[in-house]
Amino acid sequence: MYTLTGLELKNPTILAAGVLGTTGASLCRVAREGGAGAVVTKSIGPEPKYGHPNPSMVQLDCGFLNAMGLPNPSYAEFVQELEIAKKDSGVPVIASIFGGNSEEFAEVAQGLLPGRPDAFELNLSCPHAEGYGAAIGSNPCLVETVTAAVKEVTDLPVWVKLTPNVADITAIGKAAQAGGADAVVAINTVKGMAIDIESGYPVLGNRSGGLSGAAVKPVAVKCVYDLYAALEIPVVGVGGVSSWEDAVEMMMAGAAAVQVGSAVYNRTDVFSEISSGIETFLQRKGYSDVRDFIGLAHEAI
Amino acid sequence: MLPLNATIEKIIEESPFIRTFVFDHRFEEMEPGQFVMVWVRGVDEVPMGLSRKNSITVQNVGEATAKLFELKEGDSFGLRGPLGKGFSSPAAGENILVIAGGVGAAPLAPYAEAASAAGAKVHTILGARSGGDLLFEERFAAAGALDITTDDGSKGTKGFVTDVLKKLDVSSYDNIAVCGPEVMMGFIFKILQENEVLDKSEFSLHRYFKCGIGVCGACCIDRSGLRVCKDGPVFSGVQLVDSELGKYARDASGRRVKI
Ligand SMILES: Cc1cc2nc3c(=O)[nH]c(=O)nc-3n(C[C@H](O)[C@H](O)[C@H](O)COP(=O)(O)OP(=O)(O)OC[C@H]3O[C@@H](n4cnc5c(N)ncnc54)[C@H](O)[C@@H]3O)c2cc1C
Ligand SMILES: Cc1cc2nc3c(=O)[nH]c(=O)nc-3n(C[C@H](O)[C@H](O)[C@H](O)COP(=O)(O)O)c2cc1C
Ligand code: FES
Repeated sequence: MYTLTGLELKNPTILAAGVLGTTGASLCRVAREGGAGAVVTKSIGPEPKYGHPNPSMVQLDCGFLNAMGLPNPSYAEFVQELEIAKKDSGVPVIASIFGGNSEEFAEVAQGLLPGRPDAFELNLSCPHAEGYGAAIGSNPCLVETVTAAVKEVTDLPVWVKLTPNVADITAIGKAAQAGGADAVVAINTVKGMAIDIESGYPVLGNRSGGLSGAAVKPVAVKCVYDLYAALEIPVVGVGGVSSWEDAVEMMMAGAAAVQVGSAVYNRTDVFSEISSGIETFLQRKGYSDVRDFIGLAHEAI
Repeated sequence: MLPLNATIEKIIEESPFIRTFVFDHRFEEMEPGQFVMVWVRGVDEVPMGLSRKNSITVQNVGEATAKLFELKEGDSFGLRGPLGKGFSSPAAGENILVIAGGVGAAPLAPYAEAASAAGAKVHTILGARSGGDLLFEERFAAAGALDITTDDGSKGTKGFVTDVLKKLDVSSYDNIAVCGPEVMMGFIFKILQENEVLDKSEFSLHRYFKCGIGVCGACCIDRSGLRVCKDGPVFSGVQLVDSELGKYARDASGRRVKI
């Protein structure tokens, strides 16, 4: 068992927000068949949103590009999905939420409480939704206010998910910590774009979007490394993790746990594979616990 | 993969609202039942079953399909695929029942042809609103026995595919492949369940697709959580027991919508 901001996880792999998280049944499948230690829901907002037109996600040689546009059924409609996930997944369920301002964030958090989530993750980092996500998450003052506003309405742990599309991610992390965040999650996708050379059209319906998968792993490792050094609260590492080696690397940079998103493309049981790989690594190295190597890179001088 | 550029070689008017677009790329490795994401540039990208290795067959129902209907031979669109899991491969000597309703005949025509080519015995029940709306009648007829039903009785039996199905001994088939409007598939599912042949049946489902590659979760069905775009679109009847089939689907936001 791993304890993270008071949540008990059977292993340190967590399903990342926005991936296979639109329905309760899907979250349960990732937990039960996939072996995830915890799951994060799709980011949920105040009103139903259809998202951007397709193509909303394409695979590249080096990773994936997506611009979903925060499609979600609204908190009022999502409560029933959260209830299903809580009842049948057998793991902690973290509700990812977004809003256009502090009031909306607080409204969504309160609206989801009847579904009994185990924690909230604030999406202050989506790079391609006008007025939401990174529009707030690149401003330290707003990050602190929004975090404090959600802490105000709930006693549950609050994680804040950060965007790498800023000059100094640690300034944003510190703002979240000052607002009372229990952990930060890094990173969301890196701004990106692809153009169809036959026609000149940008491939994504939203024209541009966010890069994920293997291509962003070094970016994520560096962000996690810097945040670990700068903050007191735990850092959850996400971005390009698809194997136990990636997970160990992210943890050596300072991640207390890892989230996995795009890698479900190849196999939904990637979580079991990563956690058993970590177990084998612990034994081979004679470590008693992952805590023995979390942040190890900071000591290797 | 990024969308490949497909140029339209031929447009076939199948019925007033259905057209086949034959393009210059052949998906040689395609399994019948697999689909492609069709990118109508500047508009939308929508899933379409492959009606041949090099064609899609489209019913004009809304924005993207209307735009497709404006395209001429020589115009192009983007294609990603083939995606998803198709029908299981039929073997020589097997007895196959194909049940196709409306544009659901699109992915089933290549299946019926593959079954016939493999040496299976194919029997198709093809349904549509009226005689003029029947899709791929000749292709199914060439693959084996064919029963036709139309809602208005203008051709074949007046009524629904289920009216013919109810008279058959379904236990005599090795595989029953179904695609059509959800209400029709819901009724067929019940009949096949009552006859205890779900393990020998396959249904091709449609749900709202966003990524089309099994990552976003928009197309997951209850209660299994299976992804229609990646674990399907073709599912064994057994996988659909206690599912949402025929009851509700989800719109692009994820809200449940009654069928
Ligand atoms: C696996 C699969 C195979 C399909 N094969 C065929 C086929 O061979 N021939 C055919 O004519 N149709 C097929 N469809 C249905 C086809 O995708 C829709 O008719 C098409 O998307 C309509 O787009 P539109 O913009 O014209 O309509 P809209 O005006 O956008 O909507 C009309 C209807 O189409 C559905 N739709 C719209 N966008 C999508 C989307 N991204 N994913 C799924 N459904 C959508 C909506 O739910 C709505 O009910 C298939 C669907 C799936 C899931
Ligand atoms: C299809 C898709 C949808 C996503 N939706 C969300 C979302 O709703 N909220 C969010 O905070 N992050 C979202 N993300 C970002 C991921 O949670 C994750 O931070 C990012 O993809 C990097 O991890 P990965 O390389 O493991 O995918 C999404 C990513 C993808 C690929
Ligand atoms: S459409 Fe994204 S998982 Fe199926």
